[in-house]
Amino acid sequence: MASESSYYVPAQSRLPILATIGLFMTAFGAANWINGHGAYIFFAGALTLATVLWSWFAQVIRENMAGLNSEQLKRSYVWGMGWFIFSEVMFFAAFFGALYYIRNFAVPWLGGEGDRGASNMLWQGFESTWPLLVTPDAAVHGDAAKVIGPKEIIDPWHLPLLNTVILLSSSFTVHIAHVFLKKNKRSAFNLWLGITVILGAAFLYFQADEYHEAYKHLGLTLESGVYGTTFFMLTGFHGAHVTLGTIMLLVMLLRSVIAHHFKPDDHFGFEAASWYWHFVDVVWVGLFIFVYVLGS
Amino acid sequence: MAHGPQPGFKRWLFTTNHKDIGTMYLWFSFAMFLLGGCMALVIRAELFEPGLQIVRPEFFNQMTTMHGLIMVFGAVMPAFVGLANWMIPMMIGAPDMALPRMNNWSFWILPFAFAMLVSTLFMQGGAPNFGWTFYAPLSTEYAPPSVTFFIFSIHIMGASSIMGSINIIATILNMRAPGMTLMKMPLFVWTWLITAYLLIAVMPVLAGVVTMMLMDIHFGTSFFSAAGGGDPVLFQHVFWFFGHPEVYIMILPAFGIVSAIIPTFARKPLFGYSSMVYATASIAFLSFIVWAHHMFTVGMPVAGELFFMYATMLIAVPTGVKVFNWISTMFRGSMTFETPMLFAVAFVILFTIGGFSGLMLAIAPADFQYHDTYFVVAHFHYVLVPGAIFSITAGVYYWLPKWTGHMYNETMGKVHFWLAFIGLNVTFFPMHFVGLAGMPRRIPDYALQFADFNQIASMGAFLFGAAQLVFLFNVVRTVQGGRKATDEVWDHPQGLEWTVPSPAPYHTFSTPPAVR
Repeated sequence: MASESSYYVPAQSRLPILATIGLFMTAFGAANWINGHGAYIFFAGALTLATVLWSWFAQVIRENMAGLNSEQLKRSYVWGMGWFIFSEVMFFAAFFGALYYIRNFAVPWLGGEGDRGASNMLWQGFESTWPLLVTPDAAVHGDAAKVIGPKEIIDPWHLPLLNTVILLSSSFTVHIAHVFLKKNKRSAFNLWLGITVILGAAFLYFQADEYHEAYKHLGLTLESGVYGTTFFMLTGFHGAHVTLGTIMLLVMLLRSVIAHHFKPDDHFGFEAASWYWHFVDVVWVGLFIFVYVLGS
Repeated sequence: MAHGPQPGFKRWLFTTNHKDIGTMYLWFSFAMFLLGGCMALVIRAELFEPGLQIVRPEFFNQMTTMHGLIMVFGAVMPAFVGLANWMIPMMIGAPDMALPRMNNWSFWILPFAFAMLVSTLFMQGGAPNFGWTFYAPLSTEYAPPSVTFFIFSIHIMGASSIMGSINIIATILNMRAPGMTLMKMPLFVWTWLITAYLLIAVMPVLAGVVTMMLMDIHFGTSFFSAAGGGDPVLFQHVFWFFGHPEVYIMILPAFGIVSAIIPTFARKPLFGYSSMVYATASIAFLSFIVWAHHMFTVGMPVAGELFFMYATMLIAVPTGVKVFNWISTMFRGSMTFETPMLFAVAFVILFTIGGFSGLMLAIAPADFQYHDTYFVVAHFHYVLVPGAIFSITAGVYYWLPKWTGHMYNETMGKVHFWLAFIGLNVTFFPMHFVGLAGMPRRIPDYALQFADFNQIASMGAFLFGAAQLVFLFNVVRTVQGGRKATDEVWDHPQGLEWTVPSPAPYHTFSTPPAVR
């Protein structure tokens, strides 16, 4: 097997240590910022990290175009992306699990129901409801309460439904783009990928609109008890992932339009981004069902 | 690939070589082992007598917390990753790890992450003081300000672990030499494949739980606060969903090392290879459905207590299969007891003791008595010290001649073993007794009747600590020189790593070997 013997092992690389410095400054700077000591280190770190990752990806693309990557090496990247997405699935699983526990155990117990209903002795007058509009704090302390529930919640059948349609369609459009790429139809590929990026941006716009309404009119905030907590943490992390996915697809579009990257049989960069896109789409379906529809 | 190592420190900063990176992981882990060990000695010195004499209670709490965090994330896990880096490519006939640059990144994150974690000792309000399990609300409402730095250091350690694990899985699945089918892989490779899967599954959950803490502390969310409808017990569920697979992450690679060493020194093939593979997979599966046995006393429905109790006891079955196989491998073998074998045999015996105390703790009604006592401390130190630490030590002695090209000093190795073996038993065995008698863990003071056993334990701890200096000295001497090792090193050991010269050249298997 000739190709197996030519697995490309780069000689030396400055990229990892520079990426480490960037990541460390980002993390240390974030902690510093949150503790109230200024944001300079964080932004310097984030900029460093972004720059290094940019050149790292550029390096990998150059190596591939120079023909250094054997079929076997390409499979390593495929495995790598697949397992990275699995790690993301587990990250969301932690938050979906927290929502499940809070809805089915914590809040009913606080309201005096079920096996551990004795917890209600500490919060007499609190009743278990979902969405949790009256927090235990508000039920017991009334106007003196610090954690007050939202006045209203988001209606799933308006903006969220629209966003569901947008995101599901975008999974189709990115797939159509992929089909055209495999048929070597460059302009159709660019068009459908462009539509996908626009749909992603539209989703983010409506999500921002929804957050604005929640904060401005509904009293639904991060601080409005555990409903707001789970709502914003789940949809917020999803939104962050959609942002990243949109940036990834946009980069792929620019690579195709400007630099004419990707061949019908060699385009894993694009394929990885599209996998990621399908993943954020699936998470959204879970959110729409468990956070919006069953949450209202 | 003709390039050899670069001269100077740049070799280590910029390297993409799995052997260099493995070496850095191992030295880093040993440094953390000594640092975490010194913290343990502070704890044992304080507990030498009842009353408060050496440190303030606040500092004592910081020591127990940092000792646990450093040993788990800084000593044990990186040591196994170091061994994986060194050995997996050589064991499966691969030229290097699948993604060599990311491999370097995974390593270099760790010194930075731990610098950040250790720096909390010097911050206002001190280091994290809420125990290595960092239960809310101790770690949220009542935490020192340094908790924010703790959270972000956990985040980047997690990134390092996930990237390292992705690399190991891609290497094992994609880089095996032709003919190296899955069921021909050495057990160390198998156990690491499953461990890496566990890591990718649970490190994101750990990231999730520290993120929830961060939000509760700084951004007004109510995950762990009943006033807003949350629940502090939620913290424990999410944490232990990570935490229980995590303890198997720290023991499965140990099973692999021991399964390599015992056949070599018993001069018999491993008994029940395929049952070992299936047992490892079963343990990994069970690790996801037993987490709440850490929380029996917290208040759970009876159905939950029963489910987690029985599921936990099931783990004894595949673990028993493994112990049975190791003993059967030794049965009627031509055994010799070089240092790696001594550590491996001690592993089998002492890990089994730790397993049995685990079974005692698994019984929910009995656990109400044992919970949060020194019995628990004795239990998990019996599985981690003679389990994880002894197997790592055994692996280092076993493969050191292959790495350095020199034999270590056998007498000094045996001295190290007996000092460590006696030291650890003297330290941890009395903890069973004081625990059953009711001495609570994580408290700097104790009632007078526990004094005798605590003094014995403290003396054992210093003996165990001293033994590690013998280890360090022996390893440094072996790196510098010593009797030349043959390519096979031992008496006909199995595996591709013994077919390459000693010391192993900078690049091995640039052309894949033929595996029959």
